[in-house]
Amino acid sequence: MSAQELLELADDELILGWRNSEWTGIAPLLEEDVAFSSIAQNEIGHARAWYELAARELGTTADELAFDRQPDEYRCSRLVELRLVPDWAATIARHHLYETADAERIAALKQSDDPEIAGLAAKIDREEAYHRMHAQMWFERLQDEPRFTAALDELRPLLNVRDEHTPELAELWQEMTIVRRSVAGATW
Amino acid sequence: MIYEVFRQERKGQAFAHAGSVEAPNEEFAEAYAREQYGRRGESTALWVVPREAVHEIDDFADELQKNYHRVDGYPLKEKLGRARERAGTA
Repeated sequence: MSAQELLELADDELILGWRNSEWTGIAPLLEEDVAFSSIAQNEIGHARAWYELAARELGTTADELAFDRQPDEYRCSRLVELRLVPDWAATIARHHLYETADAERIAALKQSDDPEIAGLAAKIDREEAYHRMHAQMWFERLQDEPRFTAALDELRPLLNVRDEHTPELAELWQEMTIVRRSVAGATW
Repeated sequence: MIYEVFRQERKGQAFAHAGSVEAPNEEFAEAYAREQYGRRGESTALWVVPREAVHEIDDFADELQKNYHRVDGYPLKEKLGRARERAGTA
């Protein structure tokens, strides 16, 4: 697996984790707030693990990969970039689309010849299993809602677009890196 | 629906009431209980029970004050005091 492919994976997880965490404190139900925030934290944890692998290949650090690139250098999917708060139906539609696609990617990585990648994928998959359960139970609950199915149709084509980013990614990047950019040369 | 959650801190220990979660069905209740009471490694197992399944009993008749049925029926302090007096060590 190339460092570029690792970056796709890590960028997806970082940006989606960041977007999902925008629901913290305002999710439709207190219990869901805890659950969805926990999923967001997991995604960022996965991003860190993948960035560390990529960083070793590229001779840099996870933090530099996560925060010191320009917005147009990110390799994430357009799907994860969108700010969907306060549309819960669209958020769950994205969650389900992403988890379904991610499951295939993780399953393939578990078969990797590189034992480090296969091992990390297996570890991450054990956490992702709960994300998939969560996405699936919401899917079953919302599948007959027109708002939900419309969101699925609208978001599905964005999944494999990685070369063009939305303006929303640049906005998120501003927020995400502001502290790091506030003190030049600082290491955190 | 309210589900009551009980958690076991270590294998073999008794389950203790941890709190409750509100969820539309059992599946959601299990997911929410896992996130709220299990994700920091604080539990080895959880019981997730619909609140209606828990029967509360809070009336315990003891009309004749049969204090010999109760653990406080024989205050040890007094007995000890008397025994010490007899032994001359009070």
